[in-house]
Amino acid sequence: MKILVAVKRVADPENLNKIKLSAQGKIDTTGLEPKANPYDEYALETALRLTENGANTKARLGEVVVVTFGPKENEQMLRAMLGTGADRAIRVDATDDALDGDLLARGLKAVVDREKPDLVLLGYQQAETESNEVGQMLAEHLGWPQATFAGAIKSEDDKALVVGREIEGATAQIRVTLPAVVAVTDKIIHPKSVQSKHTAPTHAYPDGVRFAALMAIMAAKKKPLAELKLSELAQDTALKVRYGAAELPPKRAAGVKVKDVKELVTKLKTEAKVI
Amino acid sequence: MPGTLVIAELQDGKVRKATHSAITFARQAGAPFAILALGAGAAAAARELAAFGAQKVLACDDASLAAYVCERFAPTVAKVAKDGGWDTVVVTASSFGKDLAPRVAARLGAGYAPDINLLKVDGATRHYRRPMYAGNAFGWLEITTPVHVVSVRQTEFAAAEPSGGASPVESVAKAPDDPAAARVEFLKLEVGKSERPDLGEARVVVSGGRSLKEQFKQVLEPLADALGAAIGASRAACDAGYAAPELQVGQTGRTVAPQLYVAVGISGAIQHIAGMKGSKYIVAINKDPDAPIFQIADYGLVADLFVAVPELVKELKAQA
Ligand SMILES: Cc1cc2nc3c(=O)[nH]c(=O)nc-3n(C[C@H](O)[C@H](O)[C@H](O)COP(=O)(O)OP(=O)(O)OC[C@H]3O[C@@H](n4cnc5c(N)ncnc54)[C@H](O)[C@@H]3O)c2cc1C
Ligand SMILES: Nc1ncnc2c1ncn2[C@@H]1O[C@H](COP(=O)(O)O)[C@@H](O)[C@H]1O
Repeated sequence: MKILVAVKRVADPENLNKIKLSAQGKIDTTGLEPKANPYDEYALETALRLTENGANTKARLGEVVVVTFGPKENEQMLRAMLGTGADRAIRVDATDDALDGDLLARGLKAVVDREKPDLVLLGYQQAETESNEVGQMLAEHLGWPQATFAGAIKSEDDKALVVGREIEGATAQIRVTLPAVVAVTDKIIHPKSVQSKHTAPTHAYPDGVRFAALMAIMAAKKKPLAELKLSELAQDTALKVRYGAAELPPKRAAGVKVKDVKELVTKLKTEAKVI
Repeated sequence: MPGTLVIAELQDGKVRKATHSAITFARQAGAPFAILALGAGAAAAARELAAFGAQKVLACDDASLAAYVCERFAPTVAKVAKDGGWDTVVVTASSFGKDLAPRVAARLGAGYAPDINLLKVDGATRHYRRPMYAGNAFGWLEITTPVHVVSVRQTEFAAAEPSGGASPVESVAKAPDDPAAARVEFLKLEVGKSERPDLGEARVVVSGGRSLKEQFKQVLEPLADALGAAIGASRAACDAGYAAPELQVGQTGRTVAPQLYVAVGISGAIQHIAGMKGSKYIVAINKDPDAPIFQIADYGLVADLFVAVPELVKELKAQA
């Protein structure tokens, strides 16, 4: 199976409460370390699990290509991903303010047309704008099935996938015939969430994503990293959505510490009046 | 006719409460609006939706829409929007809305404003505000296409009340499926069973963290019972198997905004806070006085939860 994984670099998701506004009222993330969007790391982990035998994760039994739309600095993230097991990387030169979800989706479609993967994996949302849109738009432009909020995937001989979609209070199970677009949530990195055709059903992965060994990072320097221009992929680069100024939400002030349970109940009754 | 097309969300032929938030948006947008109900049993649901002041309610009652499959729903939504000349399509940003709206937007060549928490109408221009960066910033956006697709946060758009009257109900034909629909098969819905109020709609939510261990239920259920609350959990508690996965509150779990949120043994990670900081009152019980959850709690109790929670249950009963 050949899998294309869409990945974005974002400001450190663990420290987003430190963002500021610039003088122009734009969001300023200086000081926050750039990182791969966590859900995209989960998508990559999913791709690796689908293209290997869990008992021997060194041999890739398929092809995994990572693609990002972003500036030159993104190459560091792509190199790290090549180190974790991806075979090739593509960087489409672009900046966030020249993109919106639909342009990204059309650009990704052009990459899919070239690469012809059996599956496109994405994070269900990226940590900055949290739009949760690119996968669905891409599926529409491709005319492919979509499976969003994917928390579990079972490959049926790499011809179809049974996907568990995490929705409010329930899991919706669907079967999509490949090629398809799948967007993953955090449940996908649990030990048995991904069942590839190569791996014994009893196999349990360590919880979470794998890290690249130093040797692998060195070796990955030789793996191909291609660069494309957005204009090669999309003719119409007009934005359908334009972000203006931002604002910081009112901070929730810390309240009071109560000394015991009695005081807590009294406050909830007489002050907050919520019970 | 410019105006808004509201997409209703049905579950087993019944109107989900989420729908009422999208209606609130349509009322705020000003122009006339219609409501489209799709699904098996949509005709009955449409009659129920006739009391909200819509210019008309459209029902696409079709057995092939019994289970939600985006590739079957999106073509009809897009066609009804186009045929009716509606300039805005709105749905509530539940998993249904978040799955459907972007595909509809791409189909219509329309800009999409996802998960907005405020609409500002400024003459002919609409400004949409949305939480981003785990709720640490609100971004304002504008859509440059003639048609807008919008999803609204249920916790920020209060449920619309019926306004009386009876909108005419019309039936609409289902549009031909997206060819991709032939490659999607709905298998089953596994619903986490719970006698408790739904997390998204409960007035009180009691949430527990990983420190509760195997005693998660044993400790929290009496408290939830005493408060008539829904039960939530941190991701760590869900991942460890102490709480059912569907109870997760936060960025990847449910977004809740109850009157009262009681965080029991939850540290207050940024991704957890993103899902509950819209709560009216927050209570935190944690043995670590420096736990980040205290920075946003209205009432903090530094205590061992295994002692404090049973005491709290007793006190609630005593003061009841
Ligand atoms: C991409 C991503 C998405 C995520 N999404 C979510 C999400 O949607 N929801 C979510 O919740 N998390 C999410 N997380 C995880 C999040 O970062 C935290 O790891 C998680 O919320 C921690 O859960 P916790 O508070 O139960 O555990 P911990 O952080 O381990 O905290 C346990 C707390 O319990 C207290 N405690 C221990 N014993 C006692 C006792 N006896 N009495 C009282 N207090 C006690 C401790 O002082 C501590 O504060 C996400 C993480 C990532 C990377
Ligand atoms: N600039 C980008 N380059 C590559 N993939 C992206 C980019 N932005 C978003 N994506 C992918 O689309 C997913 C959903 O993002 P979004 O719809 O923007 O929340 C992300 O998790 C990525 O997989």
